[in-house]
Amino acid sequence: MRVRLLYFASFRDAVGTDQEVRQLDEGTTVARLWEALRGGVPYFARYGSMPAVAVNCEYVSGERALAEGDEVAFLPPIAGG
Amino acid sequence: MERLSASPLRLAELVAEARRDGDGAIALFVGVVRDHHRGLPVESIEYAAYGEMAERELDAIERELADAFPATRALIRHRVGTLRVGEESVAVVAVSPHRAEAFAACREGIESVKRRVPIWKLERGPGRAPEWVDPTREAAAR
Repeated sequence: MRVRLLYFASFRDAVGTDQEVRQLDEGTTVARLWEALRGGVPYFARYGSMPAVAVNCEYVSGERALAEGDEVAFLPPIAGG
Repeated sequence: MERLSASPLRLAELVAEARRDGDGAIALFVGVVRDHHRGLPVESIEYAAYGEMAERELDAIERELADAFPATRALIRHRVGTLRVGEESVAVVAVSPHRAEAFAACREGIESVKRRVPIWKLERGPGRAPEWVDPTREAAAR
């Protein structure tokens, strides 16, 4: 299955793009995807725990299983206001 | 309704949009770009958002405020783009028959924005590289 990853703010700077499409195994969870990203992006390795994450614009937990076409955004610490 | 905007906030219009004849109290919170942060001078802040999600969260916060404060009407607007010192970045207006609910809803509104709306600040100041503001790191440093 394929999912679209979105990157914002410091995460976009670290990855060098604002989005990418990834091919994942069926049943991949959000937490497993984060571990895969951590392995490839040194900036992410500094995070001791998974940052906030949204799937299709809604906050989800790490156990969330991803589905074909999902839009996934790991969110750096937000700072609105 | 667009709650994120690249153009300046119009506070008087926002208050006028919110208020009803039965309201005896208007509480308005306005966030402003200040000229310093962590002891360093600030010239401007670029606000970036996950636009679609931020709109949904702002809408959800307004609806949750309406549930929590039934007599109150609350509206929230947030700027995106580059703002200079003194410009208004966020506005929360809460109108209610009485002040206690107006104040409470207004406070809850801005705290919810800070807690869950996906917006980020790129801070710029003289003689230093632009930096994404990280409130969690600042909390850890205090």
